[in-house]
Amino acid sequence: MTDVKNVDEVREALAAHDYLADEGLATAIFLALRLERPLLLEGEAGVGKTEVAKVLARWTGGELVRLQCYEGIDAAQAVYEWDYSRQLLHLRAAEAGGGPVDEDELYSERFLVRRPLLRAIAHEGTQPPVLLVDEVDRADDEFEAFLLEILSDYAITVPELGTFRAKTPPIVVVTSNRTRDVHDALKRRCLYHWIGHPDFERELAILRVRAPGVREELARQVAGAVEALRELDLYKPPGVAETIDWAQAVVALGSTTLDAATVEVTLGTVLKYREDQERARSHGLEQLLNAVERPQRAS
Amino acid sequence: MPPEPDLEAETEAEHDRISLAFARVLRGAGLDVPVGSTITFAEALAAVGLDRRDDVYWAGRVTLLRTPEDGDLYDRAFDAFWDGQVEVTTPAAASPPLTLAFDSERDEADGEGDVTESGPTMQVRYSRAEVLRHRDFAAYTHAELAEARRLMTDLRLAGALRRSRRRRPTNRERGRPDLRRTVRRSLRSGGEPIDRAFSTPSRRPRRIVLLCDVSGSMEAYSRALLRFVQAAVVGRGRVEAFALGTRLTRITRELSSRDPDAALAAAAGRVLDWSGGTRLGDGLREFNDRWGVRGMARGAVVVVLSDGWDRGDPEVLGEEMERLARVAHRIVWVNPLKATPEYAPLARGMAAALPHIDDFIAGHSMAALEELATVISK
Repeated sequence: MTDVKNVDEVREALAAHDYLADEGLATAIFLALRLERPLLLEGEAGVGKTEVAKVLARWTGGELVRLQCYEGIDAAQAVYEWDYSRQLLHLRAAEAGGGPVDEDELYSERFLVRRPLLRAIAHEGTQPPVLLVDEVDRADDEFEAFLLEILSDYAITVPELGTFRAKTPPIVVVTSNRTRDVHDALKRRCLYHWIGHPDFERELAILRVRAPGVREELARQVAGAVEALRELDLYKPPGVAETIDWAQAVVALGSTTLDAATVEVTLGTVLKYREDQERARSHGLEQLLNAVERPQRAS
Repeated sequence: MPPEPDLEAETEAEHDRISLAFARVLRGAGLDVPVGSTITFAEALAAVGLDRRDDVYWAGRVTLLRTPEDGDLYDRAFDAFWDGQVEVTTPAAASPPLTLAFDSERDEADGEGDVTESGPTMQVRYSRAEVLRHRDFAAYTHAELAEARRLMTDLRLAGALRRSRRRRPTNRERGRPDLRRTVRRSLRSGGEPIDRAFSTPSRRPRRIVLLCDVSGSMEAYSRALLRFVQAAVVGRGRVEAFALGTRLTRITRELSSRDPDAALAAAAGRVLDWSGGTRLGDGLREFNDRWGVRGMARGAVVVVLSDGWDRGDPEVLGEEMERLARVAHRIVWVNPLKATPEYAPLARGMAAALPHIDDFIAGHSMAALEELATVISK
């Protein structure tokens, strides 16, 4: 994918696969492809970080290899592991047959279980896979150091077998929710982009693409109301994912427009904290809808 | 029109030159720009070209920045650099100079020196360290503070242990079978898994989050407590530190320098509201929103160093403490005023926070800080 020519081409290709990226994100992706560097994406939950990797896989035709990080993740779960039960069976069989037990045979490819990182590095296809390292901030420092090593030379050594090296490096997307700082060394290795909430027009465009069953008028109302909610100083301002959920929830209830009663019953799809719901109510649900009128007139 | 080889080399040199110059401007503005990033930026410029302002802007942002907080600084530097006026001032230089003064005359001038009366006359010759241990920080002289600093470096803060999902090998025949090692060993016995291996979950210390009040009412203590916080940050990896004043400032990075004076100076440069008022509720709210509830405080030991004097709404403070208590493992509140015999937690902020606190301890002396270290590790 190093043959993309410019930022616009990236934006158009992503749009063709239903992902509307703004200038910043499109540039970040373009540079990640062009310079063959991992892309570190940070942002609030629900702004579409993980989606970036998925759409890249759809666009490039590469396999999506996902590594979900969690506290305590280690090489056995992320890189490779031996298939112990089969090894034991093999040993017993060799013993029963009276033959000698050969160590090399026991630690050969046929007993190797490939975990996501090894799969992404030692891929066979012509198209490099898209490696998604999701929520890296949940893993611990030791794992990060390990990840850095792999992302630096795109090679993995299995002591018993030798070194696997990527013919073409995978496209790497690393996401973080920022529960802690990702280590500087890893950040330096990556290109960095912070994904923020979209503005009204972009959110509307995203709704059109991602929730095609939603009528234009309703989409405008929902996008406007979400924008107003984000101004409210909430614990968890709604992300794009919530906006889409909300619009679809309203449609599922058979409504074609957003009114105070509908907002009341569907509020749980956008605001997931009791305190936030109370804050929205005390602000006035009517108020939210009035905010909707503004962008409509502006257009 | 394909560029001639000469021209190409020239453009490349041009990209390098621009990248270096812009990096210098960013550094001047107070951003940390490693050399590696400068090279990446030059490569990025080669990839996007210099024709469109937007492309150049984002190429720089993607390659040179590593936190969204630096965005504003970057914007200003970018405007200044690309639109001609290369004059970029350092905000850190404009901030008020260190109020971390180490002379104790200041405190008396403030006229709130009642708490400082205990101690100094009963200097029976224990070791000097022993006297210092019980002395109120507010009464410290410069030299004593320096000595306390040495004592603080010895004070090891370790969070309470919790089970980790990581497993470690054990020699005992209990826990979960460790197949990897069992297979290895069975090679020795001709393929028969006679010698079996086991693993048990390992234990990790919990993260410690320190929130240090730097308002005027805490001034006498915050200089000593910050030393303590700094020693804690340097001593161990899983400690986070914040300064709490009229706003919240993360100072982990600044304090992680080995040299305490440099670390405190860096932190002071970062904290803009030194010795101002406190809005504890708002500060905690910001902490919860941006860091704590998202994960930093989850399962952590949170230590608040504050006297509980709050200019904000106590209701907000109560609400935020409740939120914090729902995610944290323990909340320890360290209040230097608690050492005074007649102290009762009447400050409105303190009263609002109290129901959500697991441990309420004094933090006015070395001995009290030792107690804190014990509380944290339990």
